[in-house]
Formats: sequence, C-alpha cells, structure tokens
Amino acid sequence: MASTNAPVLKLSGITKRFGKLVANDAISLTLARGEVLALLGENGAGKSTLMSILFGHYVADEGSIEVFGQPLPPGQPRAALAAGIGMVHQHFTLADNLTVLDNVLLGSEPLWQPFSRRSVARAKLLAVSQQFGLPVSPDAKVGSLSVGERQRVEILKALYRGARILILDEPTAVLTPQESEALFDTLAQMVAQGLSIIFISHKLGEVLRVSHRVAVLRQGKLVAEAPAQGTTQGQLAQWMVGHAIEAAERRPAKNVGEPICTLTRVSTAPTGRDQLNGVSLSLRAGEIVAIAGVSGNGQVALADVLCGVRAATTGKVTLRGATLQARPAYLVSQGVARIPEDRHAVGVVGDLPVWENAVSERLRGPWFAHPWFRAFWVKRRAARQHAQRVAETFDVRGGGPDAPARALSGGNMQKLILGRALMPPQNGAGNTAPAPQLIVAHQPTWGLDIGAVMFVQQQLITARDNGAAVLLISDDLDEVLALGDRVAVMHDGQLSEARRAEDWTREAIGLAMAGAAH
Amino acid sequence: MRLEKRNHTSPAAYVLAPVGAVVFTLIVSALLVLWAGAPVGQTYALLLQGAFGSVFALTETLTRATPLILTGLAAAVAFRARLFNIGAEGQLYAGALAAVAVGGMHGGTGLEWSPYLLFPLMMLAAALAGAALLLGPALMKARLGVDEVVTTLLLNFIMLLLVSALLDGPMKDPLSMGWPQSVALQGDLELSKLVPQTRLHTGLLWAISLAVMLWALLARTVPGFDIRAAGANARAAAFAGVPITRTVVLVALLSGGLAGLAGAIEVAGRTSYVTLDMSPGYGYSGIVIAMLAGLHPLGVIAAGTFVAGVLVGADSMSRAVGVPTYIADVIVATSLIAVLVAGLLTQYRVRWK
Repeated sequence: MASTNAPVLKLSGITKRFGKLVANDAISLTLARGEVLALLGENGAGKSTLMSILFGHYVADEGSIEVFGQPLPPGQPRAALAAGIGMVHQHFTLADNLTVLDNVLLGSEPLWQPFSRRSVARAKLLAVSQQFGLPVSPDAKVGSLSVGERQRVEILKALYRGARILILDEPTAVLTPQESEALFDTLAQMVAQGLSIIFISHKLGEVLRVSHRVAVLRQGKLVAEAPAQGTTQGQLAQWMVGHAIEAAERRPAKNVGEPICTLTRVSTAPTGRDQLNGVSLSLRAGEIVAIAGVSGNGQVALADVLCGVRAATTGKVTLRGATLQARPAYLVSQGVARIPEDRHAVGVVGDLPVWENAVSERLRGPWFAHPWFRAFWVKRRAARQHAQRVAETFDVRGGGPDAPARALSGGNMQKLILGRALMPPQNGAGNTAPAPQLIVAHQPTWGLDIGAVMFVQQQLITARDNGAAVLLISDDLDEVLALGDRVAVMHDGQLSEARRAEDWTREAIGLAMAGAAH
Repeated sequence: MRLEKRNHTSPAAYVLAPVGAVVFTLIVSALLVLWAGAPVGQTYALLLQGAFGSVFALTETLTRATPLILTGLAAAVAFRARLFNIGAEGQLYAGALAAVAVGGMHGGTGLEWSPYLLFPLMMLAAALAGAALLLGPALMKARLGVDEVVTTLLLNFIMLLLVSALLDGPMKDPLSMGWPQSVALQGDLELSKLVPQTRLHTGLLWAISLAVMLWALLARTVPGFDIRAAGANARAAAFAGVPITRTVVLVALLSGGLAGLAGAIEVAGRTSYVTLDMSPGYGYSGIVIAMLAGLHPLGVIAAGTFVAGVLVGADSMSRAVGVPTYIADVIVATSLIAVLVAGLLTQYRVRWK
C-alpha cells in the first residue's frame, strides 16, 4: 500500500525549544502517499508541538518542512491549509446551530463574495462525501448529530478544502467501538484513493490495526520508527515509556459488603443532551462498579449528583441510609472521595498553589481549622504538612507546594486530586480521619500517560480492597472491563442493569452504548 | 510577532518586570515633557520634591493617599473574587453621607451621645451604606448573571444625583450661604491630626491597618481562600465546597464597606462635611491602584502612595515649569499599562518571527 514514490510530507530536523525545555529535538519524519503513519507518545512527548509546527501555529527554531516537494513557509496556518494539510481536532470545532453544509462552508468562502454559492458547494460536498464513503445529510443541524457523525463532518470539512494530508488527533477517544470500526473503514478508503494520514493516538491496539508505520516520540525525541506489521503492543509501550510495562492484573473483588450508596429512579433536569432519566444503582462496599457509555449520555449528570454539585429532581439518593444532600462539603464530611472529569476546570484551582489545592476540600472540616475560630483561621502548618504528605504518598512531582497547580502536568495534577480525595487528614493529636467509603471517579485516567494510568487504576483497586465502594465512569472500554467488578452501560440518560463483568461481551457493551435494547 | 507561553518564569523576572515598567513610564513621560518644552531632569526633580521632598509635601501626599488606599483595597478584594466593582465612587459618597447622617446631628437636633459610642457607630454606618450599595449588584450577578460592571457603574451616577438632591434638600447646611454642602460633622468626631499644622490625619493609620487586616484575611483564613478560589475558578471552587453565593456576598460587604469607609474617613479627617466635589474620582483611581498593586492588599499601600505622590508632585511641579498637571494622569495611566504588559511578559515570551 505504501508507495515508494517521493514523500508527500517531509519534516527535516525539526527542533523547538520553550526556554530550557526541548519540546521537539531534531525530529525528521516522512509520510508517503497512501500511507497511515501513527504518531505515538505520552503526554508531553512533543506530538502536539510537532503538529502545531506543521500546521503553522508555532514556528520551529530549526528544521524545515516540505509538502509535495515544496517548502512550507513557517508560521502560516493558511499556507498549511493551501498546501493540502487538514487537521481534525479531538475537540470538534463545529457550530451546533448551523447545518452541516454551513459548517463546511464556514471560513472557506472569501469574505468579499456577496452571495454564498450554496448549490455549487452542496454538489461538491456530496461528491466528496460519496468519493470517500462518508454519508451525511447536508441540511441536518450539527446539534442533532451523534458524535460519530460530527467527526465525519470534521473530516469532510478538511477534505472539502482539498486536504491531501489529514491529521487525526485521538479520533477514537469519543467513539463507540462500532463507530471506531466505521472510522477505520473510512480511513482505509481514503488511503486507497491516495490520501495520507497521520493518526495520533495512545491506544496501542488500534494504532497497530490502522497504521502502516508507527513513529514513537519520547521527551521530544523520535525514539523509534517501525512498520506496524511485526511490531507488538508491548514493544510500543516500552518505546513510549522507556522501560517495560507490566499490565495491571485483573483481580476480582473478594469481600463485597453492604450497599453504601443507592440511587432509586433518579432523574435530573437536562443540561444540553446530558441528563439522568430514572437511573437506579446500588454501590456496595468492596466493589468497583464501572459505567461504560459514549460521553454525553448522562455520565456528567450521574457524576454531578454523586459529587454533590447537582440535585436530583426526582428519585432518591441515599448514602448509608441517609438522604444525600447536594452539597460538596457535606459529601466530603461523609467520606465521599470525588474525582471530577475535568481536572483543569473542576479538579483544581489552577492559579492557587499546590498545597492549597491539596487541602481545599478539607478546609471546612475540623482538620485544618483553628479550634477557636472553626472554619475561619487556617492552621497553616498542619495544612501544609498534610499537603506535603499527599504529594509524597501520591508522588506528585513537577513543582513544589507553592507552585501554582496549573504548572503541574496532567498526570501529576490527577495524582494531586486523587491524593486530596483519598488521603485522610490527621490532626495535631494524631487522630486520623476515616478512609473514604465511597469513591466517585469520572474519567480518572483520561489523557494520562501509561505510568499515571497504572498508578490511578492501582489506587482505585487498593481503595476497593480496603472496603470502599467505587463508582468508575469511563469512556474507555478497556478500562471499564479491566477494573469493573460489575459493569453497567449508560445511554440517553438511562442505565442498564449492572451485571458482572464476566457476563458482558465487548459486542454487547458496544450495542448497549449505541442504544440497542439492553 | 507572536506570544508563546513560558514554561518557566525565573524569580528575577518578577523583580525586573515592575522595574522595567517604571523605567518605561519615565521614558514615555519624558518625551511628553520634552514636547512641552521643559527640561526633563528638572521636571522630574521638581515632581519628586513636590511629592516627597519636605514634611509638607510628604504629609500632603499621604493625606491624598489615604482615600486612595481605601478605594484601592475595595477594588482589590472585589477583583480578586472577579466581582468587578466599578462603583467605589458611589459607595464612597454613600459612606460619606451615612457618616454625616450619624455624626452631624449635633446641636440638639439629634443624638447627644458620647463620641466614644457615636464614632464607631458613624464608621459602621458608613461601611454598611457602602456595602448596601454593592450588595444589590453582587446578588444580581450571583443569582441572575447580571453584569456587575454595568450596574455598579450606573449606580455611581444615581448616587451622585442623590447626593446632589440631599445636599440641596434635607441635609443642606443652613449656614452654608447657599452652597450645596451638608451639615458639618460634630467636632469631637473628627479624626485627630497625625502631624500638627498639616492636613495629615489618623485616617492613614486606619487605611494601613485595614490593608494589613485584609491581607491576613485573604492569605490566612478560610473565607479568604474562598474569595481567591471563587475568583480564580468558580466551578472548581464550588466543587471543593466553597459556598459561592455566600462568598460573593462577603466580598460585596468587604469591598463596598471599604469604599464607604473611604468616604467617612475623608469627611472625618479632611472635609468635615459632604460636598459634591469631595472626591476627584477616588473610586475610579482605586481600580488603577488595585491593578498597579497586582490586587495585593499590601501592594495597595505602595501603589496608593505612588499615585498620590505623582498627583501632588505634579501640582507643585507645574507651578514651577510650564508642564500641565495632566502629566500626572499620563504618568499614572502609562505606568498601569506598563505594569500590565510587564506582567504579561513574565508569563509569555515574544517571538518576532
């Protein structure tokens, strides 16, 4: 498939420094016509920087780029577009209130053209969509499309503008297994017609499936380049991390205890497409219940209800028999550990220092407040000591206690959030708070590198083995199946029955995610 | 030209940034002084002398700095919580009116209480009046999402018209010979002089202590954490258990209260009655001072003194050389822009290609 002709894209010695940090270190890569190149690497390995340079958002300090034999002028996104480079971002850049056709046209027409040439555009869009097997209805509002269809619109947008080289950034992160399969078929059709694709992902299995060649970045350097055929997942992981990785061993729950938290026919008011619609679930001590599903089907509402930031409109939520109050401070005092989905926007206050973020949930309790002024004067030394213990126990690196939390990498930020939620504080008299009894983890490993993923998953398993009830909400089917003792699938605000993980097949979960009868 | 985020900011940059901003300001202002046809060195020397060069100059600067520090604190605490209170000017007048309402009813017309009781009552009334004026916009922002910049700004004009009406009506001093000014404060309620024979009064000590107390509140207490967290990221703060609405109310009380106290202290320390021109925009200057100080309460003391020094120094300088006093406004405005840009440059680097 990969032809031996001159490369369509040639990166030569790309180097980019941010101060002392070398984000890209003399990276040279080529991409052939009709080839799928997988770009693999942990967070911070330099993938995004490299793609930003290719797309003209950054200017490389050294090195040059050639597209179809022509040098690409640096720092000009328009030039990259004109040269035929298209990018599909992980987070879509579509206007929900416009139609598919309008979204494709948006920005592609000259500003001074008095009338939109819609019929010409429609014909061209349909032609492109047929050519690459990407069916869409041009007049559908994007807001009414599923995530997989929206991604299709993003790809069409790039193809409509004449992209010959397509960059896909984590394209399967938001798809069901079936939608991912459809995407892979589309990619095969596109390369068969001579397009070239750079496929960015951290899911090793699918990387080996779809790509012809794999390039692995680590700490800004290109550490390995190999044909996909004959390469194993273990090898890829080792290149990415720099050492061998032991896969987490699946250990089923041993001592499942009493229900800690029970939801009975819980519904919430809708926010966008995300709401709960009569959800019932029981979370028992010593057990991990994993919720699978395509994001946007009510997971946010479920997590919000159990994190105390949203109240159920109907139905009943009980925590050890008592009605749950929708107040974060109450939940923390009741031993609920909460790990939010969006660690930057919700998990930490980025401008405040690490140590304050490590104790922020506990400031209202008895642990760090001066006994004379409860919830007023902060016992600074005790609070800082606890923050120090959290950072040491959970291995939070990359900035001392006084650095702003914003400066932490995603993995370290997640460790900080995990430590804050899971680690019980001590007071001066040596009394320790009880360990959390319920853990609500929403996408806890999203976007983390392999090492951090292992760490987070291990913490959840340990907490379970120590008798906590764990609710894990995840888009990542592998994670759901690896950690869940029981698994339930969420679709359109409704939750399937939570069955034992062994009783599910991947296919059955995929069908349930897509809304087929549970 | 493009801006790239820095991964790391060296500690030296935080020191160099304000120094660079001052140098930049002095250079830009020097060009204007040259344009006005005056010698730059002499002009700056006279300005410095007029601001800090004698006991008289220094006391005048500090007298001017007192209300500026207080309104600066009002803006700083509100801006920390992203409550953009542009209404300190109106709140200052509300505080001044409340002070006179409580402390001006002497001569058998009202309260014949001990000044030891009346003085705290007067200050409390002023703080509450300023706070009340900000509470409405703050609650409207927290509950209904109404933009507080608009509401607080417009309340300034409402307040000024109210003051005008009162000074020509119920609160008019019968002995003022027709001038729109309020009755005067009871003599034993006025603040004592800090330096005899000057206008400098103990209000300065109030302003400095309030700055220290505000710093301690913000840096060392749970409500202070709430204010900083709610301002920096309200969603994350709410997730961690910060009561957002209660925090907004607290900030409104603090910010409006401080601005109200600025009015009361001006009345009790300097003017002894309310006039329509008792504040040459102290409320608005407070915003500039808070930004110059990086919203740090202790920095507000320095920034307030700096701005007061430039204003007072320029007055005296312009009498000696032919440079208009407007140069003071230019210096203050340029320094604000320079400080903001310098702050940006500590976080971003400029790439020219």
